[in-house]
Amino acid sequence: MKKGLFVFILFMCILAAVPLFLGDPFVCHILIMTMMYATMSIGWNVIGGYAGQVSFGNAAFFGVGAYTTAILLVNFSVNPWLGMLAGCVLSVGLAVVVGYPCFRLRGHYFAIATIAVGEIMVVIFTNWDYVGAAVGIYMPILEESFTNFEFHSSKIPYYYIILCMLVFAIAVSYIVEESRLGYYLRAIKDDPDGARSLGIDIQKYKMIAFSISAVLTSICGTFYGQYVLYIHPSSTMDLMMSIHLCIIALIGGIGKLFGPVIGAFVFIPLMELTRVYLGSEGQGIDMIIYSLLVIMIAIWRPQGLWALFSRGDK
Amino acid sequence: MEGVFTQTLVSGILIGFIYALIAVGLTMIFGMMDIVNFAHGEYLMVAMYFAYWFFVLFGMDPLFSLPLVTVLLFLLGVITYYIFIRPIISAPMLSQIFVTFGILILLRGVAQYLWNADYRMIPQTLTSGNVSIFGVYTGVSQLIAAAGAVICNGLIFWFLKSTKLGMALEAVSEDKEAARLMGINSDRMFALAWGIGIATVGVAGGLLSSFYYVFPEVGSNFCLMAFVVVALGGFGSVPGAFIAGIIVGLVEVLSGYLIAPSLKFMFVLFLYLGVVFIRPQGFMGRK
Repeated sequence: MKKGLFVFILFMCILAAVPLFLGDPFVCHILIMTMMYATMSIGWNVIGGYAGQVSFGNAAFFGVGAYTTAILLVNFSVNPWLGMLAGCVLSVGLAVVVGYPCFRLRGHYFAIATIAVGEIMVVIFTNWDYVGAAVGIYMPILEESFTNFEFHSSKIPYYYIILCMLVFAIAVSYIVEESRLGYYLRAIKDDPDGARSLGIDIQKYKMIAFSISAVLTSICGTFYGQYVLYIHPSSTMDLMMSIHLCIIALIGGIGKLFGPVIGAFVFIPLMELTRVYLGSEGQGIDMIIYSLLVIMIAIWRPQGLWALFSRGDK
Repeated sequence: MEGVFTQTLVSGILIGFIYALIAVGLTMIFGMMDIVNFAHGEYLMVAMYFAYWFFVLFGMDPLFSLPLVTVLLFLLGVITYYIFIRPIISAPMLSQIFVTFGILILLRGVAQYLWNADYRMIPQTLTSGNVSIFGVYTGVSQLIAAAGAVICNGLIFWFLKSTKLGMALEAVSEDKEAARLMGINSDRMFALAWGIGIATVGVAGGLLSSFYYVFPEVGSNFCLMAFVVVALGGFGSVPGAFIAGIIVGLVEVLSGYLIAPSLKFMFVLFLYLGVVFIRPQGFMGRK
């Protein structure tokens, strides 16, 4: 673990230093998106990786985070940082409401139920006039400052904010992994009946994991809203986004602390670059490339790329 | 008012037959090897594109190209099994989910690359137009599609229950080991199940293409509907899927008619959640 910590700190230092040398807004944008997806995928990993409950509905939390902040800001002029907190509270609420019935379902039934919940959210938000329906919400342009969570002249402040969120997510994930909760979750994943017979309250620990997952995804939703300054249902809670979160974790290594981070740094730049360089005639090429990658990894290397770096421990 | 209501009921039942047909393949594959094919709707999309191109390139009416589309989809299903599914047949559920999700994205990507994201539709078919039966108006295409779906469902049911091959399929889905001892090659049965499962979607796609738009994402809604149908009818149950298809079709059109068309999809999904919470095995599912 000492070596792991060293690599982690080195990596974060490099990330923190990048904007000092690279002024290119496009590179900065890709890195911001990469770190945002890494943070969310870490969130997915807590429930999908550690606890083995495959959720295809995590984008709903992203949407709740983005929309809560936006509505509070637009209609009640509430500071986005407070909006972020409110978004977290609502996301946890949603996680509890959804998780309570859904966690009794197993395997495929749970996965499909989370798809259903995600899609229900999309339908509701697309038809709800108060939240802008299909048109979405434009954020008001405020004076650029950290307190207002808006920066117009440069992307670099956003870069550092999302870097902090990523470090926060890694710390949370590390604490979960090392704590008793982490052991319980892995027990639930490997053998739910065995875990129950040992007196582990399966429902309760799944709910805790789901709530943590919700918070980590929700803060990214707030961040995205403040970064792009425009949100609508298909940009914030699309099923494809939920799927990307799982795919990122799969590529890096499901159930591994740094799996989602590695996955995001492979997947997001790959997607963005193929989209930009292949342009319109390459429509669909990005999907073909990464779907083949996903299939190959799922068949031959289900432990993900992380396994390439850590031959020593299982 | 009364008339509109009957009209709605009829259209719900007609679309329900098609949902049932899409769901039959899904439920067969699930029942046999415990794998949920998340790419099921994408095969529907492929079938619809095949029917579309047969029309545009060779002027074949979807009704005539239907057998061709079905055979092509059967082959596609068998190929899918040998390339993608066989390696993960006893892998953890997570790998299986990701492989079928991978296929979903792959097929969508290929469709988008080859045929871009435009909505396309076969302009004029042999079955265009409307008929009135006992005062209820319906499109001829819809009627034929529903009839085709019922026939195809019936054929599948008959095949599984009354032919030697079908019984062998059922035997494998009930007990792999025992079937192996009886000399049934389960590998070949799995391939057959994928072939038939995907071919039924092919039939559905061919029938749908005469009155529905084709575009790369067309599968996603139908696939979700098929999940609901399968869950409602019970994973693995063919007659269950048939009844559930009609129920889903009715819920869809009635909630659209009585409440709001844009929300109808939501009610179907609520139906799914309600059913799996109360009776996770569905109406007619085995444990």
